[in-house]
Amino acid sequence: MNTLTNFTFAALAAEEPVSYGDGGVMAEWAWLLVIAPFVAFLAIVFFGKRLPRQGGEIAVGAMAFVALYAAVLFIMNVTEGVVFEHSVEVARFGSFAVEWGWVVDGLSSMMYLVVGLLGFLIFTYALGYMEGDVRVTWFFAAFSLFAGSMLLLVSAPNLIQLIVGWEGVGLSSYLLIGHYWEQKENSSAGMKAFYVNKVADIGLIIGAFVLAIPVGSFKISTILDAVVGDSESMRTIAIAGAVLLFIGAMGKSAQFPFHVWLPDAMAGPTPVSALMHAATMVTAGVYLLGRMFPLYAEMAAEARVLVLVIGTITLIIAGLLALVQDDIKKVLAYSTVSQLGYMVAAMGAGAYTAGLFHLWTHAFFKGLLFLGAGSVIHGVHSNNMSDMGGLRKKMPVTFGTFVAGTLALAGIFPFAGFFSKDEILAAFNYEGYTAVLAIGIIGAFITAFYMARTVFLTFYGTYKGHGEPHESPRLMTVPMVILAGFAVIGGWVNIPGLYTGFTEWVGTRAHLFEEHHAESFDWPVLAMGLAAGLLGITAGYYLYFRDRETQQARDTFRIPLLWPLLEHKYYLDDLYLGGIVNPIKGPMARFVNWTNSYILDGIVNGTGFLARALAGVVYGGFDQRGIDLALNGLAFTTDGAGGKTRLLQTGKVQQYAGATVIGAALLVIGFVIFR
Amino acid sequence: MLLNQFLMLGALLFSLGIYGLLVRRNAVMVLLSIELMLNAVNINLVAFEAFLQSANVGGQIFAIFVITVAAAEVGVGLAIILMIFRNRSSANIDELDLMKW
Repeated sequence: MNTLTNFTFAALAAEEPVSYGDGGVMAEWAWLLVIAPFVAFLAIVFFGKRLPRQGGEIAVGAMAFVALYAAVLFIMNVTEGVVFEHSVEVARFGSFAVEWGWVVDGLSSMMYLVVGLLGFLIFTYALGYMEGDVRVTWFFAAFSLFAGSMLLLVSAPNLIQLIVGWEGVGLSSYLLIGHYWEQKENSSAGMKAFYVNKVADIGLIIGAFVLAIPVGSFKISTILDAVVGDSESMRTIAIAGAVLLFIGAMGKSAQFPFHVWLPDAMAGPTPVSALMHAATMVTAGVYLLGRMFPLYAEMAAEARVLVLVIGTITLIIAGLLALVQDDIKKVLAYSTVSQLGYMVAAMGAGAYTAGLFHLWTHAFFKGLLFLGAGSVIHGVHSNNMSDMGGLRKKMPVTFGTFVAGTLALAGIFPFAGFFSKDEILAAFNYEGYTAVLAIGIIGAFITAFYMARTVFLTFYGTYKGHGEPHESPRLMTVPMVILAGFAVIGGWVNIPGLYTGFTEWVGTRAHLFEEHHAESFDWPVLAMGLAAGLLGITAGYYLYFRDRETQQARDTFRIPLLWPLLEHKYYLDDLYLGGIVNPIKGPMARFVNWTNSYILDGIVNGTGFLARALAGVVYGGFDQRGIDLALNGLAFTTDGAGGKTRLLQTGKVQQYAGATVIGAALLVIGFVIFR
Repeated sequence: MLLNQFLMLGALLFSLGIYGLLVRRNAVMVLLSIELMLNAVNINLVAFEAFLQSANVGGQIFAIFVITVAAAEVGVGLAIILMIFRNRSSANIDELDLMKW
């Protein structure tokens, strides 16, 4: 059953009949793009160690292929619009088919390009960053697996494949976060990420079954067909499924209250953080919302309220947390959580394009910021901003690109983040969520403020660390410069009233839905957003730059109650540990110990005793008297018979020949007589 | 058609072959006897073919196949005998009792 159904709303169909290309050969062979990183993974595991770069070149080559292929698919989608879907049946359980397939449409080809391009640049950077590090081969193998799992997730036409890719991303992130497992905190961080995600994944899996079983198929297009229509019977199922899928998305996209794993995930090498935050992991939740958006747009509109509320809470609390971090990577991590809050809130407000547009621009500038942070860490050998300062002269390329990323993240015209953030704020305004709009603008102020703080503490003032920092090698700076270019121009693809290419790109899909697209900028909102960004930077300038002598003192100035709260991350980790993990862990351990020493040991000992007794009976009665007797008798008989018959074998060829002749003659005689 | 005479000749040659096979002590002579038996068979094949006058000359073709196989067999057999002679300085078949037990 080839389900390339073009479901169209009546109103929309009346306006413009939609016809897309099928992408031809390139779309049919798009599975190559998904397979390439997995092939690279195996190649690196088996042959990586023998290569001069210890396998890194295979990973970079595979990602270059993915980037090129994705670019071709993306250009095809831009020029003609491509909707293609193909599935191969792998197994069948009753009426449910387990399929592997790939989707090439506007949404997935945008994600292919983001993963491919960011992957290629970050892998190249990692060649420089990881040089001489421990377990480089294994690092690149797991890194390829990471990108491959994300591509598997993005290309999924059914929920089963999506879950497989989803878990693959979780697994490889666990491997990479715990890359320096010699330190206990690092492997614990990996396990924390895995567990927190796993708790949320339960929502995803149950949600997939809740949707698939009434519909009778795991295919996303079939599910959307069933729930997008106006059958009232599906409404409850659609809402339940939408909420459950969103719980899964909350885990991967680090939404409150599951955001606790993401800052700890900074324990991994910096390229991992860059890829994880820009392209491969945290975007998965937003992608899932985008892929299932027709469900959220119509049938499960009630579930969208939850999405909006969670996104808004996340964007503000994570932004506040970023203010008090000393670790440069943790500032960026909380910043990512906050920006993901924007994306999720946009989806919740019904602004599909705005959410994905922010994903797109965020991928470029957050990837860039992480690479910049990595470059600084590479030069200073410390993660803490209190060990940095004054790096502007010593690392000019890193400084320039980092500032470009900062301006993009702060939403300053004409950098990428300006357009996407403005579109989200305008969508809040249009949909009438005034409170959310206000929080969004406050969030924009906080974003600009903490980024200004980071830049001034890192690159201005006096150097406070040890040793002599130096600019990173070209292998690292070139990807940063390229990404800086994208951080500047990445937002120009969707300017209301001028050029709205991005809206059409991600709107190219089998299931269409109604969405409001503004004809021009929402000027008051734009002014407020931009003012918030500029104010934030100015505040950062006054607090951390103008008053250089006391900037360290300023950094520790505290508002009673709020600062301790932020420094302890709202006590959420303590709550989870003290409220959930420990109460379960203690009694659980005691119970397991009790069952172990009394029940399990009893069973094992009893079984052992019984087995001994039984074995005694079997040995004496059955084995010795029965089997041995029979076998010995057989052996004696065979030996005797062999002793006699061996005399027949003389070794004289002519005796054998004579016997043959006599035998043949007897046969002839017998034949003649008894004919 | 004197089929009888040809069959008699074949039987005579075959018997000579069997006699040689059983009593000769020299391995080369044993091989020669085997050739004699094969040729007896060939005479029978060709004789029946001529007697039956069939359109497809199967008997003659089969005889040619037998000659070919015989040539190959003699080649292998003589090579084996040569190697035995080199190793043991004798081609006496009575002394070759390695296959005993």
